Amino acid sequence: MKKSHTLALYADMDEAANALKELKSSGVSGFRMEDVVVKSPIDHPELSELLGPRPVYIQWFTLLGVLLGPTTGLVLIASAQASFIYQVRGGRPVVPLPPDMVLTYELFILSGVLMTVLATFVAMKLPGNRSPLYNASVSEDKIGILVKAEPQSIPQINEILGRHKPLEIMGDQAR
Amino acid sequence: MSHSVPSRPQMDVQVERKFVPKQKDLGADVTWAKINKDVLKSLEKPRPVFWVIFFSALALFSFGVYCEVYQYQNGMGVSDLNNPQVWGLYIATFIFWIGMGHSGTLLSALLHIIHADWRKPIYRYSEAMTTFTLLTAALFVLVHMGRLWQFYYVVAYPNERWTWPNFTSPLVWDATAIGTYLTSSLLFLYMGMIPDLAICRDNARGARRALYRFLSMGWQGTDRQWANFKVAYMTMACFLMPLAVSVHSIVSTDFAVSQNPGWHVTSFPPYFVLGALYSGCSGIITLFIVLRYVFRFEAYMTQPILNKLIKMTFAIAMVWTYLDLIEYATTWYGSDEVAKADLVYRATGDYALQFWGMIFCAMVMPFTLLIRFVRTNYTTLLIISLILNVGMWLERFQIITPTFAKSHYPWLWTAGWFPSWVQWGIVAGSFGWFTMLFMLYCKIFPSVSMYEVKEMVHEQNMEEKAHATQTEVHEPGLLPEMEGGQA
Repeated sequence: MKKSHTLALYADMDEAANALKELKSSGVSGFRMEDVVVKSPIDHPELSELLGPRPVYIQWFTLLGVLLGPTTGLVLIASAQASFIYQVRGGRPVVPLPPDMVLTYELFILSGVLMTVLATFVAMKLPGNRSPLYNASVSEDKIGILVKAEPQSIPQINEILGRHKPLEIMGDQAR
Repeated sequence: MSHSVPSRPQMDVQVERKFVPKQKDLGADVTWAKINKDVLKSLEKPRPVFWVIFFSALALFSFGVYCEVYQYQNGMGVSDLNNPQVWGLYIATFIFWIGMGHSGTLLSALLHIIHADWRKPIYRYSEAMTTFTLLTAALFVLVHMGRLWQFYYVVAYPNERWTWPNFTSPLVWDATAIGTYLTSSLLFLYMGMIPDLAICRDNARGARRALYRFLSMGWQGTDRQWANFKVAYMTMACFLMPLAVSVHSIVSTDFAVSQNPGWHVTSFPPYFVLGALYSGCSGIITLFIVLRYVFRFEAYMTQPILNKLIKMTFAIAMVWTYLDLIEYATTWYGSDEVAKADLVYRATGDYALQFWGMIFCAMVMPFTLLIRFVRTNYTTLLIISLILNVGMWLERFQIITPTFAKSHYPWLWTAGWFPSWVQWGIVAGSFGWFTMLFMLYCKIFPSVSMYEVKEMVHEQNMEEKAHATQTEVHEPGLLPEMEGGQA
């Protein structure tokens, strides 16, 4: 069944927190806390805690970047030096590791940064389409609680959200 | 026998209980809605002096372009660059701009990692400063080569023409390090701007809206986006810290790994890094004062924040001074007689004016920052910050020119060499280019981070709330007095 959305806007963070707490303990069927999204102008760890665990996996991609970058970089540099066999090195090694470490280090950083950025965009689902229930005031000073649920559960959810002094409730079945 | 111990006179000591509120970085009147309004307004209507600065910069840049075209058409001879003076003002100014670029991202990353909240209103323009100074510095690599079409020789990539770049050359390290730093700084700047670009998108119209919509990529400020954003931003800050240090260390190896007198010094890497931080901090102070006035950011670029910036600049200036003196001492007490003669030549020879000018501007002038009047008077501070940067530019000049003028071989001595007007023109053009790009950036993109200033306001409010609750519980009688004090 296609799910419906509802978005409640709050001016006060405590009210938004209370709405989330009640929503969590309400036992209303047809929605999961994983489908509840908080939209806010700043990061609110206080509210995120109420939503349950939302793991971040970016660091694993970073780790992959910092392992692959220097390895690939050093192999490329060393193979380029080794393939140029006619150079006059005056007894010094054709592939001198200490000076090669400088470029390897730069590639370690570059690869780590690029993988972090790439993973961030994937994790944030960017670039992405804007939700039809987006309200510009959440980028200014309001807090929005967006709930995705079965259509028959929306009235109950709206009732819970409405008990905590929302400025507005938006959605298909909004009051 | 008993001695009676004289009893102490009973003194009724009354400790005056006063609540001295910590000086806040932002005023109490700053609200979330006001932040949006003020910063968005800065994109629309800056003070008219903005256009004066922009067109002056454009004129300067145009003159620089004319000089470059003249040099391109007539050859490097018009710049007076010839053996042994092959770098001149171009590389001195290149190092100056690279150095200027270091404070922005490095300090932003460092202060972000240690959660120094006062960075929030000023880090955005500092990072933009980094990006544009790096772009300006990169121009000098091309300009000083003369043969622009052969710039790819400095880029470290293997090719099929048997012209392998020398991967052990500091010049190749330099190009790679600067490329990495520019890419990472640009991504750091852009990542940090995404939430603010969404605010711009929600409030703009027409072409601007299309631009912000494209750049904000559909950001909605969801909890998952914020959680990922915070981790990513902190991770990037952790990468940028050592990267920035490595970049200027590598720039110093352009000199330190050579055998030229005055350059072959072990302390050059930290000396260069500190010099970069010093000039960058002075640059941040200059731009702080300019942006505060031009874009009406008085509510965000406040005196307490400026005070912290000044203290940091002073501390960095002192460390830089120490390293500079250490460099002279190492040379003076060392066994390299040519290096010693070079040091004496710098202080007493043809470039003594530049040397002592550097000592005065970069070593003596920072002490004026200890004077309260200087710290609190914006015009005076603007002049002082510019003088500090003149000192740092002279430092780069006197690293390069005297060494080339009197090196190991007497038949290469070119005492009294002075750059031609073409070099001065291109250097002046670079200042125009930087100023033009920077002002354009501030006119198109928010130069104060809206969401981070909102975080500051939120934290200040939470602190006040927590403090008020605590005081009410423990000392109910103190609260009215406190409130009175704060008011």
